[in-house]
Amino acid sequence: MAERYEIRFSGAGGQGLITAGIILAEAASIVEGKSAVQSQSYGPEARGGASKSEVIISDGPIDYPKATIVDACLAMTQVACDKYANGIKPGGLLLLDEDFVPNVPEGDFKVVRVPIMRTAQEEIGRAIVANVVALGAMIALTGVVAKESGLKAVLSRVPEAFKDLNEKAYNMGFEKVKAAMA
Amino acid sequence: MAKKVALMQGNEACAHGALYAGCNFFAGYPITPSTEVAEVLSNELPKVGGKFIQMEDEIGATAALIGAALTGAKALDATSGPGMSLKQELIGYACIAEVPCVIVNVQRGGPSTGMPTGPGQSDMQQAMWGTHGDHAAIAISPASCQEIYEETVRAFNLAEKYRMPVQLQLDEICAHMREPVTFPEPGELEVIDREAPTVSPEDYKPYDDSQGQIPPLASFGSGYRYHVTGLNKAADGFPTTKAELVDAEERRQIAKVMDNLDDILKNEEYQLEDAEVVLFAYGSTSRSARYAVNELRKEGIKAGLFRPITVWPFPDERVAELAEQAKAIVCPEMNLGQMVREVERVAKGACLVSHIGRVDGEPINPGQIIDRVKEVL
Repeated sequence: MAERYEIRFSGAGGQGLITAGIILAEAASIVEGKSAVQSQSYGPEARGGASKSEVIISDGPIDYPKATIVDACLAMTQVACDKYANGIKPGGLLLLDEDFVPNVPEGDFKVVRVPIMRTAQEEIGRAIVANVVALGAMIALTGVVAKESGLKAVLSRVPEAFKDLNEKAYNMGFEKVKAAMA
Repeated sequence: MAKKVALMQGNEACAHGALYAGCNFFAGYPITPSTEVAEVLSNELPKVGGKFIQMEDEIGATAALIGAALTGAKALDATSGPGMSLKQELIGYACIAEVPCVIVNVQRGGPSTGMPTGPGQSDMQQAMWGTHGDHAAIAISPASCQEIYEETVRAFNLAEKYRMPVQLQLDEICAHMREPVTFPEPGELEVIDREAPTVSPEDYKPYDDSQGQIPPLASFGSGYRYHVTGLNKAADGFPTTKAELVDAEERRQIAKVMDNLDDILKNEEYQLEDAEVVLFAYGSTSRSARYAVNELRKEGIKAGLFRPITVWPFPDERVAELAEQAKAIVCPEMNLGQMVREVERVAKGACLVSHIGRVDGEPINPGQIIDRVKEVL
């Protein structure tokens, strides 16, 4: 893994992308023992408007705790994409919700489009797990942590009654990206 | 058994560090970006028999802190700049009455309400000079969630040992980012408890310095009765205007800190051995500076980082040495020139001192520091 790997999750406030960032940071640090720092947009715009959560993962100590130039970025909405899908490393990765981001930005990065919200709403039946679909998708895309580590971190945060639901969401997000990239 | 590790915000780490230190009292008034300290303690203190009080305002919170501390409690309050301004009168009271307590200031911008959600480091001189009158101050500025935990423990230790208020100067970035924190085992970190008086209640004088610079503080409710005041006072705690007593009290309260710098000061030094440019940075900004050092070293530029963890008292001696060694000291701060004043005071013109100030609610990024270092060389 690179010395420093930066991931940004962005979408609408309330979609759970801060939680997705926290779970990824837990997968990297608590489960895999790497260094991780998670931070987020913080302010009155965080609810309803565009919201972001950033995670930096490294094998060594992490100095600057904010993103410099991200290796991978997720945008769940067009507003978030317009605001936050920038500063992507040349050759980096941009993951988009294909139904909610019609205008795909151009740049020196690979774009992967999957129906994240639709997967949560229609295939799983619960829009609330869209963030876990997104997390599975991002881990499949980047390989920044092992698939099992991400799942372990997800399951350690959810009550027993919702473990199956979240496991399904995580796996579906993971597989959608694998299929899109195949 | 493996130690407990949890991903948490700096503010949460602060609250857990306080609990480790034996904090059993919190009084405060919620304010962004400090609120999570209160949130965690409102959950946790009742479980360990402690008390959590949301006060009517910030000065009331400091009054409650002083009252609780005088009964023997380890007392904590957390606020931000606007709250700090309101507390200043009673911080001075805690100084002169010599009451141990810890106050956390999670800094945002200012003056006044400023931008509540943006980070700042603009209360650094306030931590020293916010309350009026000559006095000593101890302030600590940690830079990671783990360090916030551990330095909160040390803040309580210093408060108890030196019988005075200690301030933790966090900033919104360190307070809200999440990092893994390893919880130390009981006994792993030193925890200093208050020294109890050895004399009987009849013979007790709360400010009798005949046995040392820091007289033991009796807890109200333990049979000791004494007078507490913000006035200059004699050894028995009652007010005095006797010139020699007033002078001795003022000087002792500063000397108890300045005579113990070896115990109180704490710095981190990184790549300083051969450094031609020294970055002087604290709190979250020091992380940008460390990143900049690594980048500059890759280009063959001899840069190093001096990071004061104790920011007050100021590390005069070491900074003076570095000013002699280096061609320049660059001071990035999220303010328009605060700790750089101390660097300039101590450097006495021995090297160039260059300040990078940022107050737009964004962090100082490593690129800004790298550019400045190249300019000054």
